[in-house]
Amino acid sequence: MSFKLFFLLLKAAGWTLSISLVSILLGFALAIGLSAVLLSSKRLYRAPAELFISFFRGVPLLVQLLFIYNLLPFIGLNVPSVVAAIIGLTLCTAAYQAENLRGGFESVPRGLIEAADMAGFSVRQIFLRIKVPIAMRLTFPALVNEAIMILKSSSLVSVVGIVEVTKMAQDLASSTYLPIELFSSAALIYLVICWSIALIGRYTERALPGGVK
Amino acid sequence: MTLPAINVKKLVKRFGTATVLQDIDLEVPEGKVSCLIGPSGSGKSTLLRCMAFLEESSEGMITVNGEALGFFENARGERERLPAAQIRAVRSQIGMVFQQFNLWPHMTALGNVSEALKTVHKVPKTEAEDRAMAQLKKVGLENRANHYPSQLSGGQQQRVAIARALTLSPKIMLFDEPTSALDPELTGEVLNVMRDLAAEGMTMVVVSHEIGFAATVGNQISFLDQGRLLFTGAPADVFAKPRHPRLEQFLDTYLDRGASMLV
Ligand SMILES: Nc1ncnc2c1ncn2[C@@H]1O[C@H](COP(=O)(O)OP(=O)(O)OP(=O)(O)O)[C@@H](O)[C@H]1O
Ligand SMILES: [Mg+2]
Repeated sequence: MSFKLFFLLLKAAGWTLSISLVSILLGFALAIGLSAVLLSSKRLYRAPAELFISFFRGVPLLVQLLFIYNLLPFIGLNVPSVVAAIIGLTLCTAAYQAENLRGGFESVPRGLIEAADMAGFSVRQIFLRIKVPIAMRLTFPALVNEAIMILKSSSLVSVVGIVEVTKMAQDLASSTYLPIELFSSAALIYLVICWSIALIGRYTERALPGGVK
Repeated sequence: MTLPAINVKKLVKRFGTATVLQDIDLEVPEGKVSCLIGPSGSGKSTLLRCMAFLEESSEGMITVNGEALGFFENARGERERLPAAQIRAVRSQIGMVFQQFNLWPHMTALGNVSEALKTVHKVPKTEAEDRAMAQLKKVGLENRANHYPSQLSGGQQQRVAIARALTLSPKIMLFDEPTSALDPELTGEVLNVMRDLAAEGMTMVVVSHEIGFAATVGNQISFLDQGRLLFTGAPADVFAKPRHPRLEQFLDTYLDRGASMLV
């Protein structure tokens, strides 16, 4: 297999990486909002968030992507397929990350909050200075896992017309008749990216002040 | 007769249908050490938590230096909740030390002690840290200022927790079994800090199974049993024989570590 083919795969990996990264970050921002709603004591607020989450966790990502890709033009939004792909991945990962974060917020030991309460912290100060940093620490390993899951799931966005690593390997395989070489190269690219994410995750975890408990 | 630092009147606390505290009347004298003793589940923590307003009482009143805590009695004699700002102001006179230390794991010892000054009181960083450092020095931990809780022993963590409460200059310090999560060889360093604090004239309420500490440092001992305050008195009177049969039974069951020699 020529270097030129591998280079084409690497270029496609740029799409894999960028779409995944953007989706994970947007998903995280959305997940914070969702988890806050999930923690509300009012059923009325919780219900839509719960519905959202059970939908995106219960429907295959492939179906979600096809659905969003076809729905957007239908409601008059003509967006590039990369936007449709990012929306799909973002909504999906937001659902999982929101559940993680909710678990994290719920696991912040009550005593730590009571200590802040006794020290005169407002509800907002307790949220920002105590709950958020501790919940982040508690959920960090799950967040790294989710990043890896999304990176791998991004192979599905080829159905909305994005030529990322998997699709590029497929296309090249059918034109060059080198499927074994191409798919093993694609696998290697995924492995290296996922290892790097895991490594960065572990390093960050150790570097967090006070350590992850 | 001076005003009691904390005055608990006809306090009742229920969790659901279970009555955990029944008709508690207790005066905590200013500048003295009051100890709460009693069997497990008798309601000691709950009473202390009511004094900190971490738990809302079901009936009765608590005043702190004469000011109502949490609830007051309105003109029609009904119990009414005070506005949040007022609750906050009264509570700011109280510091609390927990059995599990409850240090914030993502902050250093210095961070834990200075955090409320910075966040709540908007004290500039350097001044807050100077004041926090002075408190750490007081509990003998100035050389551990930059350690995270996970890097400190239990005894050190509890001393940081005491320093954290003290930086806010409380008038009253509440301790809920401050040494019972510690290995026996670490209890001494925490009890010594508490002794120093008592000697400075801090008003303290201490829930403890350390009967020896209660008998030697305590000025007033209250014995709780099944949610009722059976009696309150000076250590010499409370521990003098003949004792109340429930206290006798409690001491038989709970006294060890040679504390029986003290009382
Ligand atoms: N949040 C709660 N909900 C329901 N019941 C509670 C709650 N907190 C305490 N209780 C009950 O109230 C009673 C008194 O508990 P408390 O913790 O005050 O006892 P304690 O004297 O401090 O015991 P220990 O020596 O074991 O700490 C117990 O029966 C306990 O089960
Ligand atoms: Mg207790």
